[in-house]
Amino acid sequence: MPRKTSKTRSADAIDWPAAIHTALKSQRVRQVSYVPDAGHKRLIELCHADKGMTAVPLTTEEEGVALAAGAWLGGERAALLMQSSGVGNCANALTLAATCGFPLLMLVTMRGETGERNPWQVPMGQATPEALRLAGVRTLRLERAEEASAVANTAARIAFEEQSAVALLISQQLIGVKSFEEKR
Amino acid sequence: MKALNRREVVAALLERRDGLLVVAGLGAPAWDCTAAGDHPLTFPLWGAMGSACMIGLGLALAQPERRVLVVTGDGEMLMGLGSLATIGVLRPGNLSIVVLDNERYGETGMQKTHTAYGVDLAAVARACRFADARIIRTKAGIVAVRSGIYRARGPLLFQIKVRPDAPALVLPPRDGAHLKQRFREALLGTQ
Repeated sequence: MPRKTSKTRSADAIDWPAAIHTALKSQRVRQVSYVPDAGHKRLIELCHADKGMTAVPLTTEEEGVALAAGAWLGGERAALLMQSSGVGNCANALTLAATCGFPLLMLVTMRGETGERNPWQVPMGQATPEALRLAGVRTLRLERAEEASAVANTAARIAFEEQSAVALLISQQLIGVKSFEEKR
Repeated sequence: MKALNRREVVAALLERRDGLLVVAGLGAPAWDCTAAGDHPLTFPLWGAMGSACMIGLGLALAQPERRVLVVTGDGEMLMGLGSLATIGVLRPGNLSIVVLDNERYGETGMQKTHTAYGVDLAAVARACRFADARIIRTKAGIVAVRSGIYRARGPLLFQIKVRPDAPALVLPPRDGAHLKQRFREALLGTQ
């Protein structure tokens, strides 16, 4: 896929977190757990505000892998929101998906990609796609706001209809790079 | 004081279990639950250490009309301490946790766990906004545990001090896909 070198204003205007929220609703996701990331700020707010969803703040990301397994045992669908640094925390819990075939829908905002200003984010960010692959989790990429609805729906179908583990990696280019400068 | 026998404790909690949904932590708690009677509505773990309470939370949120019990060990609970804080945010009234506390990592050579040094899991649970959380040392206490699990408003945690012995292995099925599927069919019917 050709990558745009700079975001256009029209792409910025597309409310891609709302598109993902709508996709989660249409896929009947009821439990949404998260460790916050700035890139997930709006989606987390939308899920908290949605009476048809239970938003579950986690202390660490692997809790969400287990929560999703429990939800599925009870007949509900779950999604798990995190930034890429949290993928490493999930490693052993992903055993649940690999050995039991639990559906798992992870939405991962990427750090450590092009333009990252915090070097401590780079190792895990760069390892994220391969770490997921090694753990048996399929990955999809979301690069452009206008694709958010289609890609999120595809990811959810992979999770709940194929009953697989899938991570939607949301590009740092889409989210924007954290500046580390005081807001004025 | 003579600590309790883990098999007798679990048998007492799981007899006449009605619609109780059970998640069993890996190792001895899973064997204890199996010794009390393999059941499709028990989901025993063989790995993913630290996950038991969060599986219980997902299940409790999905099935608010059913009682959910997590039976786990002190080692497994210690690995998932943060999940007590997460449960304390949601506070599901139908969730109970029983920690069979032998103060040892029983599957790996009986090394002492943190509870052997006095770490108090029930106090952690109380600090995490559980409706009730206690250390249980006596058979009389087990009656109250049973009453809590089946009737009281949760979330509840009972840290039950048990003897550090190793009763005979009574193993559940180890095919995870089978364990998942039989649980869902027993609870939800064939879908």
